[in-house]
Amino acid sequence: MSELTREQILKLAKLSRLSLTEDEISKYQKELGDILDYVKRLESVDVSGLKPTYQVTGLSNVTREDIVVEAQADPTILLKNTPKSQNGYIKVGRMI
Amino acid sequence: MTVKNVLESRVWPSISTIAQQVQSGEVTALSQVNKCLQIIAELNPEYRAVISVLEKNATMRANEIDSKINSGEIVGRLAGVPFIAKDNFLVFGAESTAGSNILKGFIAPYQATAINKLEAEGAICVAKSNLDAFAHGGSTENSDFFVTKNPHDTSRVPGGSSGGSAASVALQMAPFALGTDTGGSIRQPASYCGVVGYKPTYGLVSRSGVVAMASSTDTVGVFALNSEDTALVMDIMSGIDELDGTTIGKPKLALNDFNMSIKGLKIGVIKEYFEEGVDEEVAPTVKSAIEKLKELGADIVEISLPSLPLALAVYYIVVPAELSSNLARHDGQRYQYSYSGAKNLDESYEQTRSLGFGAEAKRRIMIGAHVLSSGYYEAYYKKAQTVRTKIIQEFENAFKSVDFLVGPVAPTTAFKIGENDNDPVKMYLQDIMTVASNLSGNPAISVPCGLVRGLPVGLQLIAPQRRDRELLALSSIYESISK
Repeated sequence: MSELTREQILKLAKLSRLSLTEDEISKYQKELGDILDYVKRLESVDVSGLKPTYQVTGLSNVTREDIVVEAQADPTILLKNTPKSQNGYIKVGRMI
Repeated sequence: MTVKNVLESRVWPSISTIAQQVQSGEVTALSQVNKCLQIIAELNPEYRAVISVLEKNATMRANEIDSKINSGEIVGRLAGVPFIAKDNFLVFGAESTAGSNILKGFIAPYQATAINKLEAEGAICVAKSNLDAFAHGGSTENSDFFVTKNPHDTSRVPGGSSGGSAASVALQMAPFALGTDTGGSIRQPASYCGVVGYKPTYGLVSRSGVVAMASSTDTVGVFALNSEDTALVMDIMSGIDELDGTTIGKPKLALNDFNMSIKGLKIGVIKEYFEEGVDEEVAPTVKSAIEKLKELGADIVEISLPSLPLALAVYYIVVPAELSSNLARHDGQRYQYSYSGAKNLDESYEQTRSLGFGAEAKRRIMIGAHVLSSGYYEAYYKKAQTVRTKIIQEFENAFKSVDFLVGPVAPTTAFKIGENDNDPVKMYLQDIMTVASNLSGNPAISVPCGLVRGLPVGLQLIAPQRRDRELLALSSIYESISK
């Protein structure tokens, strides 16, 4: 069974915005390795002439009229779930 | 109320009967809600099917419905009918956690379209049920709160991810419950708990207001005590919704119009689903159910879909890819859990997500990041989506020669709590017979077909896309002779 390297796990954690403990790193090296081993069986499948499927009922570019409608949720209710807000806006930490 | 009562006899009449009784004033909506609250109070401490009970809201709505009826109004096809929603449905003003710590305390600021449609016909949501966090799992063991117990054996799981909904209907806490099925999350727990579980054609029911897992396979469906109840609820929830661009129209005939004869229907037994890994008692139980369909006049043939054994590998690439994107929104800035000690924004993201997500969500997010990352995208994601096409073509070809497909729902009956804890791949294998119809968009149902060592087994029936009505009718025909 092929484990992922410690560096691979750390890279995936960074991409996923996760910070992992040492125990988690070694656990995921094995578990993700097992899962990727399992899905390897697709490598040898012949798919020549086939296109990938992203939507199964044949719909594409579904649009609606761009008109203003009354939303179910008003801003005061929406902001009740927000960790920090000020003057009716969501407040986040410094970005730069 | 004891568990023996609810497993051995019906405490609810059919859903249409409940609605008629409430509408005619024979019983009140409040009495129906109170009946649910009483059963939940008696059985939930042991089985833990339900995360929260909406006593105040449900009582208020019941009183409103009763006063409408008193003043002569027609309330609707679900007048006073109580139901339970999986906790990944947003119910206005109620906590909606998706079974996760990161959404604990989240009060839904709007409501799922499916719930709106049920309420418009007079239904009342009485409780929210347990699930694997964000619907990642097949046992409810990945719930960040607690494990639900199987009503038939408390040492076993109810299945999942909609395990709380399946167990709640088996325990008759309500006459129906809502679930979501992304890879088997309705059918597998329905099979494990001995109730009907329905996954519709992709897009038949709006997902607006349902916490997203994998957008190309997520569906909304129903658990109930029989196919007739299931079809009525499905008929009400189905149809185009501007808030979900993937919704498709309803069929011309109502989904609960069961006018169909089984005589001469061709049903294909899926060869690959009886090959390896199926429990030696589950297989004959399902086969004897198929024999009953034959006795009723169906033409039974064996049919091979050789790529079906690849579906699980496709699923465990496509679904983590989509869910890792969908879960990116949980960043600790906009709603719910936010790590308070962060020195900068990056630390806030990382700590919020590391402390807020459970082990399975982290595992799947990282798999998703891996299969979508540059250098791997073509080999994993694009290849998987192309094998998906191959699977879809095999379904389409099969449905040129048969009207329905049939097989088991899961390889075994309910497993022991903790049995698959340390082996994610072994846990994922429980989905091997359900994931294909999510990848292809076909409707599929699990209908109880017997017991093995005291544990329920489900029969899986699969139909071509948009043949939901016919599928529910077939399931109902099967029920009529299996009792």
